[in-house]
Formats: sequence, C-alpha cells, structure tokens
Amino acid sequence: MSLTDQLLAQNTVQLDSKIPAGAMADKWNTYKSDMKLVNPNNKRKFKVIVVGTGLAGASAAATLAELGYQVDAFTFHDSARRAHSIAAQGGINGAKNYKGDGDSIHRLFYDTVKGGDFRAREANVHRLAENSVDIIDQMVAQGVPFAREYGGLLDNRSFGGAQVSRTFYARGQTGQQLLLGAYQQFSRQVGLGGIRLFNRSELIDIVVVDGRAAGIVVRDLVTGELTSHSAHAVVLATGGYGNAFFLSTNAMACNVTAAWRAHRKGALFANPCYTQIHPTCIPQSDDSQSKLTLMSESLRNDGRVWVPTNPDETRPAHEIPESERDYYLERLYPSFGNLAPRDISSRAAKRAVDKGLGVGPKKNGVYLDFSDAINRLGREVVEERYGNLFEMYERIAGENPYDTPMRIYPASHYTMGGLWVDYELMTNIPGLYAAGEANFSDHGANRLGASALMQGLSDGYFVLPYTIGNYLAPMLNKPMPGTDHPEFKAAEAAAKERFAGYLAIGGTKSPDFFHRELGKIIWDYCGMERTEQGLEKALSEIPALYEEFKKDLRVTGDSESMNQTLEKAGRVDDFFQLGMLMCKDALDRKESCGGHFRAEYQTDDGEALRDDDNYCHVSAWQWGGDPMKPVLNVEKLDFEEVHLATRSYK
Amino acid sequence: MSNTIKNITLKIWRQAGPAAKGYFETHNIPEITDEASFLEMLDILNDRLVTEGKEAVVFDHDCREGICGTCSLMIDGQAHGPQRGTATCQLHMRKFKDGDSITIEPWRASAFPLIKDLMVDRSAFDRIIESGGYITAETGGAPDANLIPIAKPIADAAMDSAECIGCGACVAACPNGAANLFTAAKVAHLNRLPQGQAERYSRVETMVETMDEHFGSCTNHGECEAACPKEISIDVIALMHKDYRKAKFANRKDLARS
Repeated sequence: MSLTDQLLAQNTVQLDSKIPAGAMADKWNTYKSDMKLVNPNNKRKFKVIVVGTGLAGASAAATLAELGYQVDAFTFHDSARRAHSIAAQGGINGAKNYKGDGDSIHRLFYDTVKGGDFRAREANVHRLAENSVDIIDQMVAQGVPFAREYGGLLDNRSFGGAQVSRTFYARGQTGQQLLLGAYQQFSRQVGLGGIRLFNRSELIDIVVVDGRAAGIVVRDLVTGELTSHSAHAVVLATGGYGNAFFLSTNAMACNVTAAWRAHRKGALFANPCYTQIHPTCIPQSDDSQSKLTLMSESLRNDGRVWVPTNPDETRPAHEIPESERDYYLERLYPSFGNLAPRDISSRAAKRAVDKGLGVGPKKNGVYLDFSDAINRLGREVVEERYGNLFEMYERIAGENPYDTPMRIYPASHYTMGGLWVDYELMTNIPGLYAAGEANFSDHGANRLGASALMQGLSDGYFVLPYTIGNYLAPMLNKPMPGTDHPEFKAAEAAAKERFAGYLAIGGTKSPDFFHRELGKIIWDYCGMERTEQGLEKALSEIPALYEEFKKDLRVTGDSESMNQTLEKAGRVDDFFQLGMLMCKDALDRKESCGGHFRAEYQTDDGEALRDDDNYCHVSAWQWGGDPMKPVLNVEKLDFEEVHLATRSYK
Repeated sequence: MSNTIKNITLKIWRQAGPAAKGYFETHNIPEITDEASFLEMLDILNDRLVTEGKEAVVFDHDCREGICGTCSLMIDGQAHGPQRGTATCQLHMRKFKDGDSITIEPWRASAFPLIKDLMVDRSAFDRIIESGGYITAETGGAPDANLIPIAKPIADAAMDSAECIGCGACVAACPNGAANLFTAAKVAHLNRLPQGQAERYSRVETMVETMDEHFGSCTNHGECEAACPKEISIDVIALMHKDYRKAKFANRKDLARS
C-alpha cells in the first residue's frame, strides 16, 4: 500500500475535489451545463464579499456585480489599482495559436501539468487552458494595449517551459495593463453602485457560523476601527506568501494574513512548501535591502546566461573570451536552453554561484548577456522589447545593460501552495472561496512564466462567477447570520485583544527586525534547496525566535490611528506560524518536485527526483491549535490525460 | 562598487492627522550605502525610531519597483525627487552626496487631504476613473482578439499614455493642483483605440467634469510632465481638450433633437 493510500485512510477532513465526470476536455462544459442557476432578478438578494483587488479579486468583483450580485470589495491599499499583480512584467499565456506554431488548449494544458512537475490537479489545469483563450479576447475588448505587429494583429513571444510562442504582452508592463483593465471594469461597477469599495481596510478574521463562511472582520487602517461584514459568500483573492522569506520580489505589504486566518478557522492549507524562486532577479547588494527586484523572464528570449569558467576571474565581462565562458543552461538543456523552466534555471544558477563562479562585487550573481542580441537585432529592437526593464535595472544596479551584462540571481517570487480548494475554488469551509495566488490548485510544484496572470483572470472572470451561483442558488430567501451574531462579536473582540497585545509587549525590537531574522531562517533551510537536517534546525529556530517575538517586540504609537508598525506586527505574527508549516510540509514531503528540492532526493545529474508511488498527492494541512502541530490530510492526484513521466528539458 | 554616504540631514514633515498642526522634524543619518534606495533609508530611520520608542514616520509605499504608484513624497520640493522619470521608490542614494540636507514633505494639494505625516488620500483619482475611465465590455461575449487590427503606431501611442501609474505627482507638482495629465492620459489611452470609440465623447465629458469637481484648473505650466515618473507627454491634454470640445457640440445636437 502506498504512503498516499495510507494517509488517505487517516484523513480527518472529507476532501472532495468535485471534479466533474467525463472526458478531460468536456469536464468544464459539463459542469456549466449541470450547475444550478440564480435567476437574474434574485441575484441582487445575495451579497458576496471579495477581499483583495488584484487580478483575481477585481475581475471576480466586477463580473459578479455585472451579473447583479451585491458586492462588497475590500483592499488594504489606498486604491484598487495598487495590488501586486501590477508588477508582473513579461506576459500572459493564451492558447490562441495565432502564430500557427502548433499551439492548442491541449498543449498549454500539457505544458502546465508537466511544468508543475505532475503535482497539479489535471481538471483545474485543463479548465485554465480553455479559459486562456477567452481572457485574451476579454482584455482586448476592454482596451488593454497589447503589443502588436505592423499589420495590426497581436504579437506573441516565448516563455520558459514552452516551445511555442503563446505569450501576449504589453511592453514589460503586462501585469500593469491587465490589472488596470480589470480595475477599470471594477471601477465602472463602483460608479454604478454594483460594488461598494472599502479601501485601506485589512482583513483580520474570517467568521464561520454553523460551518459556513458568514463574513469577515476588517480593520480600518486609517482609524484603527474594527468592523464586521456579513455576506452569503466570501472570496479571498489575497495573493501569495512569498514575503515569508522577507527578501522577495513581492511588494512590501504582501502578506499571508487573510489565508492564515482562514486556515485557523478550519480551511486547509495545501502544499505550503511549494514556493517559486525566480531565476532572474537583481542580486542583493547590501544588508539593509528591503526587497528584491525581478527582471522579467522574457529577457531570457534574447539574453544568454553565463558565468566565467575561472572562479578567480576578475576581468570585466566583455574582456572574458568566449572560450572562458560557460553558457551553462545552453550546455545542460540544449533543447530549451536559456528558456528552461524557472525551478531548473534557479538551481543551475545556485550551483554555479556555490561553486564560486558567481559574478559581481559579492560574487552572488550570474550574467544575463544581451550583446549577441544587440549584434543580431540592433540596439533599437532590443530597446523596444526590453527598454523599460533595462532602465529599471540601471536605476537599481547603477550599470547600463546595453554595455555590461546584467547580473541576476534567484529570489522568492511566487507561491504555488495556498488554501486548498475544490474544482469550484471553494475551500473546505462552505461559502469560502480562494482565487488567484491565494489558492493552490493550478501550478502544482512549479509555475510556468506568464501563467499567474492567466490564472488570476481565469478564476475571477470565468470560474467564480459560475461556481458561486451554484452554491448560492439553494440559499435563496434563507436567513443569513447578521453582524450581531455572537461569532462576529467574538471575532471582533479577539482581534481587538490581538492588536492591544502587540502594543502592550513593550520590548526592544521592531516587527521588521523579526521579519528579517525569520526570513533568513526560512531562506537558508526552506529555500532553493532543503535537507532533513536543515528543516529540523529551522523547526527549532523558528519557534525560539517566535517566543522572542512574543516577549521582545516593540510597537510604538497607538491602535486608533494610522500605524504601519502595528499593521506589520500582525503580518509578521502570521508569517511566523506559516513559516513553521512551510518547514513541516517540506520535511514531510520526502521527494523533490518542482520548486521543492530536497537534496537527499536527486538524480545522478542533480535533477529533482520525484516519488510518484508515495507522494503523488496534495498535502493539505489542518490547523491543530498550535502552529507546530498541524494535522495532515491528503488528496490523491490522478493523472488520466498526461502520463506521469520524468520531467526533462534536455 | 558601493560607497558610503555620510552625514545626511533629513527634515521630515510630521502631522498626526488632518486636523493636527504639522511641523518639520530633523533626523540625522550618519552613514548609508549608496546602493540603498531612498525608501530603504526611511526604513532604517523608522527602525531606529521604533527601537527608541518613538513613532515611525508614516509614508505610502508598496511595490518598490516604480509600477504600483503607491509611493509619493516631495523631496526638496520636487515630486518624486531629483531624478527625472523616476518614482521615489526607484530613487537611490547614489543621487545624493555627503552632508546633504533633504526636505521630505507629503503631496500638497487640496484634492489630496492629508492622512498622517507623509501619507495623503488620493481617492479623487478613483472617482475620475469610476465616472468614465473604462471601456464598457462586460465579461463574456467578447469577439476574437484579432478581429479588429490596430495599427502599431496607434497601439503604441495608447500604451504610452496607459503607462500612467496614478501616483499623483502631476497634481502635486502643479501650482493649481490640477489633474489634467492624469485624466488626459486615461482619455488618450481609451479614445485612441477602436474599442473606445463608442463611448469616446461621453467618456471625456464625464471624466473632465468629475475632475473639475475635485481638482484645480490647468494653465499650461507643464510642471506635471516634468514630474511624471512615466514621462507622459503633456500632448495628451490637448487631445482631451479637443475631444471635450467636440463632446460639448455633440451634446448640444442631442439636446436639439429631444
């Protein structure tokens, strides 16, 4: 009996993925034909709360409001336009096959399942690939200025892990343009009264009544006031937890609080150890650095990655002859070359730097060199494709990439793990949904480039508006618990106590100090490479640091006005608890897959070695009352369409 | 190679709330690497303040990649500081030198009421977008994306103005506190595209009139273009004016008909 089957027998929570029956390509259509509908005139009787206004949240809120539901949308930003989806650079995949290079829905589906190292749920991925086509149509209709060819038709480029050109882009600001498109559609509904917008409002707790999601408690960041909000359904589109590492490409405010508070109320947290370390970021320059900056993967279309062959190399890049350079991605993965997937490219860079071949003042990067592309295409073409990225690099690194190769190194970028959801994107708490990066479902153990934007918009535009109706239909005219229900009052009181608690500690160290220290532990032991010994060490160091946090934290100011130190304290508290779960999950998964690389489980040439007999499952953790005592539940992954195979990009 | 910059004096605006009296507070940064960003310098200062038991300086910031538009700051009287085409979060200390004294203030405009210290409320921008800064294309039923070819120069021009990050530097830099560059950038983005034609004149009319409810009037100083971190050209304002004038004529025709 495999480990997966043994674990299945021990599940404490019934995990029904609700995958529709039928052939893979028919499942989503079957679902849509069979689902329950809410009559257009009855939709206004239902209220849906959407937390987060990134791609998933804004598109879900706008679409639900267009359908006629009452929507209350919450963002901790000053405006719905700020969410970190905005920082995505390279593009969005769509299986349009406009290039006639053999792309299809099936191929995008296949690439995504394989790219995720066979740890995603096939049915969800197929639906994602189907929706990718509609997303491009929808965004163009909204006026997103995608790049075009001279004939006026849409242009495409390639991304890692694919051998076709299916990535649509708007210069190096695709995320910005897509988010602004969704934000505009969202804003239209705010203007029409379909959406009530609560800005500078942070979710502090989820309220569950009689086993169903009943609403949320939020903190007004300007006044510190805690208020309750009830609804028939709650959508969390609150992003990922990459800031657990402290240094990451995430925005400063990105945090896990919404998902974590849902977890503590009973929602399972799936695959927390699946984190993506993006290969092309600007290396850390000093210890006071607050964040790392991504350089779009699209740069690998024309940039060549290399390191000098001599560890003692001191010459500037252009003086190093070809014979003394190692274009290691082209050498190791000839068929994908510089476009090898992210996890593979990241580990290859780490190996080069660990061997002492790193470049730059701290020898902590590898070169990404555009001189061949500039010679072949001319500076103008390169400038048109990547001009704004080159400018950004120059502002941060102080070097001009037209003359000197960029220096890059991997950094935490995206988290594939997240709240466990079924095919309808509902968590195991009825009425509580998770969309976009906040859920776990589509990318398995590694996400391919240009797929995050696709998933956020697929969930928000083309999945939730259907699946939420299926949940709401039977609830018509049934009473809904109001905010005067004792559960809301209890959640408000707990939240008040929590924030008063941070202020009362009166220790000596700021929340940022603890975040930085926590991030170092997680990066060292649960980062690009993990070992049993290291994870054990992390699991003794994190709780010790957490105890210190609880005793020695200092938060100044008060809880009745804008207090960013207090906000940060709450977020760091939740990162501590999540950090323990990430390490527990990484320790428990005794195999390597995608972004989860356990040094003990590798092939002779250093690639990830999966154990399909024992780990072809989703690890969904239940809150056990103590962050060190989570309870494991599993969902078995069946592969009907794509056969389990060793992932090769050679 | 990194260098250390010594002895920076910061004069920072502190104000507990919109009704409280504001004042400048002086802090010294004895040394900092020139690789640090301007906001990292403020992080270091805030960490010091918290450790000393004092309240941290409140300022808006998020992505630190110059794209989300959350950061603001008047640095020595210039919106986003001395480097052209650069948001505050992308400004690095290598642009400063030993012994510099730097004055940091919030955006100052009556349409952007102060919240605390360096943070202001820019919601008036959202009101402009809500009034018409979109193309009505409800989810579902969009035609194939390649059905309408768009000439590359048109798509590129639309993209040039669509790059606006909504930071508010244009308003802060304007002696009149006008939001014409922000509003016109969105009008130009959408009105240039074939998809935007159906609502072209209603869009410009509602957006301009909402803008006028909140913001001052444009008198062509051009400070907005100079302060814009995305270097959006003031030409978009001419395009907005042209469409607004046409919209007014079109509406009179509609009135005569009714």
